[in-house]
Amino acid sequence: MSLAIKGGHLIDPANRINGKRDIYINSDGFVAGIGRAPSGFKARRTIDATGQIVCPGLVDLRARLREPGLEHKATLESELKAAVAGGITTLCCPPDTRPVIDTPAMAQMIQSRAWRFGYAFIHPLGALTRNLEGKLLTDMEALDDAGCVAFTNALAPVIDTLVLRRAMEYAASFDLTVFLHCEDPWLKAAGCCHEGEVSTRLGLPGIPEAAETVAIARDLALIDQTRVRAHFCGLSSGRAVQMIAEAQRRGLPVTADVTAHHLHLSEQDVGYFDTQCHVQPPLRSRRDREALRRGLKQGVIGAICSDHQPHEPDAKLAPFSESEPGISGLETLLPLTLQLVGERVLTLVEAVARLTQRPADILGLESGRLSVGATADVCVFDPKERWRLTPDRLISRGHNTPFLRRELEGRVICTIVGGRVVYEADKKVAP
Amino acid sequence: MTQDLQLDHNGRLKHFLTIEGLSRRTILEILDTAKSFISVGEREIKKVPLLRGKTIVNLFFESSTRTRTTFEIAAKRLSADVINLNIATSSTAKGETLLDTVRNLEAMHTDLFVVRHKRSGAAHMIAAHVPAHVHIINAGDGSHAHPTQAMLDVFTIREHKGAFEKLKVAIVGDIQHSRVARSQIHALKTLGVAEIRAIAPRTLMPIAVERLGVMPFTDMREGLDSVDVVLMLRLQTERMTGALIPSEQEYFNLYGLTPAKLACAKKDAIVMHPGPMNRGLEIDSAVADGPQSVILPQVTNGIAVRMAIMALILGGSPAESRARRAADA
Repeated sequence: MSLAIKGGHLIDPANRINGKRDIYINSDGFVAGIGRAPSGFKARRTIDATGQIVCPGLVDLRARLREPGLEHKATLESELKAAVAGGITTLCCPPDTRPVIDTPAMAQMIQSRAWRFGYAFIHPLGALTRNLEGKLLTDMEALDDAGCVAFTNALAPVIDTLVLRRAMEYAASFDLTVFLHCEDPWLKAAGCCHEGEVSTRLGLPGIPEAAETVAIARDLALIDQTRVRAHFCGLSSGRAVQMIAEAQRRGLPVTADVTAHHLHLSEQDVGYFDTQCHVQPPLRSRRDREALRRGLKQGVIGAICSDHQPHEPDAKLAPFSESEPGISGLETLLPLTLQLVGERVLTLVEAVARLTQRPADILGLESGRLSVGATADVCVFDPKERWRLTPDRLISRGHNTPFLRRELEGRVICTIVGGRVVYEADKKVAP
Repeated sequence: MTQDLQLDHNGRLKHFLTIEGLSRRTILEILDTAKSFISVGEREIKKVPLLRGKTIVNLFFESSTRTRTTFEIAAKRLSADVINLNIATSSTAKGETLLDTVRNLEAMHTDLFVVRHKRSGAAHMIAAHVPAHVHIINAGDGSHAHPTQAMLDVFTIREHKGAFEKLKVAIVGDIQHSRVARSQIHALKTLGVAEIRAIAPRTLMPIAVERLGVMPFTDMREGLDSVDVVLMLRLQTERMTGALIPSEQEYFNLYGLTPAKLACAKKDAIVMHPGPMNRGLEIDSAVADGPQSVILPQVTNGIAVRMAIMALILGGSPAESRARRAADA
């Protein structure tokens, strides 16, 4: 069905557009015109976006959808619905599913199941080592053919530095991107929160900043030698930002992201054992949070991601260290990013870029921009609408978020994937 | 949140989870109430009918003899019915969650749970999920808090030293892993002692400990210089395997309380230990059994302090309790 989105303010950082433009989408799901309709174009449906922001659909670098293997937490269908309700049209799914995404069959299965539901596009991240065990390499080239956009060992550390070196060399041979989570397993030990004022007060085993910096230093040395394109996932400390900035200055091919919650919360939010603030890597000091915000502004950190990890309620109903880490974040990614605009950390254009063009560039994808001829993935949102996050408004099966009952600003009005309206506010999802 | 969780809307104790956030007035009220209970243990019939008909469950997910026994004696002296459950070896091994265990026992109309658990925050988590008429006393959660121990410690200090304001207190040993130390620090700070010192090697000292209002020392003689009270901590022998200290011998040489080191403190300084002691590891027998030791009176006081906390939580306002006790006497 051909579509026109009229009257909206288009922000498309990749094409340097920041102004009133109408968008025309042809019945094949591609952008047919920006600003003016191609000759003979007839819209079967017109969406009135007056007073709204129109931008490319959001690209989320990391969202766990829990399927296959952990369907008691969430399913592909439930979370893909939640994604489009959050304006996300493309997302990457880490390989730590059960079974692990370490074969082309697994990668294809997830994509074809997601395709059937038809909400957001899913791009699997392939396992860097078989079964994430850190011992044997996966068939990276075959996984790449099967749709994996990058390779990672997710939260399982590759302890053997020789294996990591080989994995990087192999990935570099085929121009593949490696995603790295940096946490030294020995320094982390049994830690479950930032080692600092709050771990001292609560008597919780802490994770020192050095758990992150030691691992980053090791990985940077290997990147320097192998010249693999590497992306650092979820930075948590100010020192980590410095190290990545310094590596970028030296010309290493490295990028980084930060989760939306690390930009807003700190160790202090753990309060008295609030398990909703149990995340990995941990929320660190307020000073670290400020440094993450600065790194984001300066572009050292290119992308903001949800690091969506939905859980069943029981996963959080346990003593802090025994509760499962993670936040359900798909539906708060956009409002939390817009809050940074309100707090004068980013301009609106920068905020949109860090959710669209920049993450798409990290993945080497064409999405995250609305050029004529591109797949029409669009997010229309009201930047001023205030709303309260309540369990019944959440579409994700995971209600585990410390932002519950908080007032948020900025609400998705309409999400379009491949030219189809897959979400409209107040009408829920209508594929 | 703790304050809301521990106190009802009238500011009365509903649960006893941590000293942090309690007012000086509440702490003194507990100490005064405990003082009035001391005599109960000295009578021929060691019982008052204050909690007759109440059911108290000692829910110990971590084994303990001393603390559990003092809670049991305290409850029995208040005429409550007491059940002891050592869960370390039963339900959780069968896969039952912590909250399921509590809910099952709650269904048996328990009024008060005394909970010990190896994880920090366990008592808070339980208190946040029980109905309003069920009360929780924290008998030790991980490395977080052991508030009744800290209360009996400050009770004992008060008995021997009177006012708190001029006192210098040193806490010695494995501060990092000690729930006792954390609760002692909050209690002493709220009671306004002049100086709190923490003495330990860096491996056993929590990061940013100064933020709790204590002065860290690595040299024991320096740290003990002219203190009024020495609070020793138990060293878990498994600390050697975590590469935290090299050997028992080295630890004793540097941090064991010997008569020579104790001589750095004030002449009338008192020595305390929460027990069970490792003689020859953190404390020399000559000190443990010496004239400055108040380790055994601590145990006796522990019963009165726990009676006071149970009575304040379950027995209504202290005025009511006093009236009832007066009527009984």
